[in-house]
Amino acid sequence: MSPVRVVVASSEVVHGTALVTDVPLSFWGGVDPATGMVIDEHHPLRGEQLTGRILILPNGRGSCSASGVLLEAIHHGTAPAAIITHAVDPIIGLGAILADELYGLRLPVLVLPENECRHITSGEPVTIQPDGHLTRQNT
Amino acid sequence: MLAGEQGEAVRIAIRILTRVAALYGANSLLPVTRAHIDGCIYEGDAGLAFAERLAAAGGRVRVPTSLNVISLDRQHWRQLGLEASYAAKASRLGQAFLTMGATPSFTCAPYQTAARPVFGEQIAWSESNAVAFANSVIGARTNRYGDYLDAACALTGRVPAAGLHLDAPRLATVLVRLRNVPPKLMADDTFYPVLGYLLGSLVADEVPVIEGLGAAPDEDQLKSLAAAAATSGSIAMFHIAGITPEAPTLDQALGGIKPRRSIDVTLADLNRVRRELSTGESGDEVGVVAFGSPHCSLAECRTIAALCSGQRANAGVEVFLTTSRAVRDLLERGGELVTLEAFGANVTADTCIVVSPLVKTTGKVLMTNSAKYAHYGPGIVKNRAVFASTESCIASAVEGRVVLNDEGWTA
Repeated sequence: MSPVRVVVASSEVVHGTALVTDVPLSFWGGVDPATGMVIDEHHPLRGEQLTGRILILPNGRGSCSASGVLLEAIHHGTAPAAIITHAVDPIIGLGAILADELYGLRLPVLVLPENECRHITSGEPVTIQPDGHLTRQNT
Repeated sequence: MLAGEQGEAVRIAIRILTRVAALYGANSLLPVTRAHIDGCIYEGDAGLAFAERLAAAGGRVRVPTSLNVISLDRQHWRQLGLEASYAAKASRLGQAFLTMGATPSFTCAPYQTAARPVFGEQIAWSESNAVAFANSVIGARTNRYGDYLDAACALTGRVPAAGLHLDAPRLATVLVRLRNVPPKLMADDTFYPVLGYLLGSLVADEVPVIEGLGAAPDEDQLKSLAAAAATSGSIAMFHIAGITPEAPTLDQALGGIKPRRSIDVTLADLNRVRRELSTGESGDEVGVVAFGSPHCSLAECRTIAALCSGQRANAGVEVFLTTSRAVRDLLERGGELVTLEAFGANVTADTCIVVSPLVKTTGKVLMTNSAKYAHYGPGIVKNRAVFASTESCIASAVEGRVVLNDEGWTA
């Protein structure tokens, strides 16, 4: 699958297992950057650990501080391996751009419409190329 | 600016702004006359390093810039039990932005201060509730800007020329019709945060227009609606037909264009969402009662003081009223501070309970009249939350147990 947009490209091939939700997530107040855990009590992914996962979600929501929390998570090493949203989220994108600009840490952020990745399920291994191309290991 | 001719801080700022502008669909920038920075909240060492780097590189804001809450009450953090090394970092972060020339407003309700913009003004604002309020209630123009982009905009005086800075994206595309909601309920303070919380989950980041509201809500009620909608969704702009400045009529809010979709909202929908806001129940032991997300206005503080007068919170309950230092000073001079503190309330300035670790995890309920606190509270302060009216919150603080009066919702 090719993304409609690559917000931040990784410098190398990324492997991870998918973590999929259809509910938008706020990184601030929703994810603990010290641990990578989802702490939003109102979110279906609560209690899940994002670290190293390929997070697939519609969009962010809530706080403008999400960019700051994502920056801290990337810097601390607890961030997802990649983030895929169905529409452009400028605040999630900003967090990844900051990590790239300030530390040279490149967490891939891609935009892929929901109808193109709806068959990907949580737990499934996924690979993302530096050009943003996404493949499922099981195909 | 990119070539570094205006200094290193501006060079970094414009680099980030240019990359992010593309995400807003902009291929140029436009000037603003005001900024509000949210990046002064302490999230960790990377953000602190960035702010201090910009300040050390000589970064200076180019436009009047207000600051959001910081992660400590600068005067009373020790009495409030904040740990010293955390307080030091939170303080350094605030100081970095002051060094860059920002105003020490330290509030999440800048629209209630001298930093309030005017209709049509192009601004660079962060803080999700403030963005929604500025666009919808005032008719100023900003996109939802994330932390540290806010600083980049303030240092350059520029924003992406796209989105809500332009006319067309401000038009409503979703019609939300209130159906069979009792007028008496629409006059209740709890109605607005609940409506906002529902709106955010229905509309995500589109621009809704609400039709069917009875009497015009006051600014504090609109503030609670905006904050809730920006919490459960990412609403940056909404219209209320006949009430908000860009919606004198429904047709004008829509720009004469048929909406993409229409949603009917009933009392049953609102009740469902209201129940979702609470993860605790009537009769549960209360550990904390909190007011002030967004920061309480002077009027709200006075209402709370009047309700608290002559009573005392139960010994096992901590009560927080969070507001700006400007409002707290007025309460001190006006006498309400004495009344609130006699009740047992901690009236904090500069900060709030979700950005500063003031609340301990107790296993008891956090009770609040704020949909935003009720939503974030369980995740951040690790206690179950109950959302209720101001009166119920105060009655529960006195009892030490959750006491609810839901009359308006069940009639």
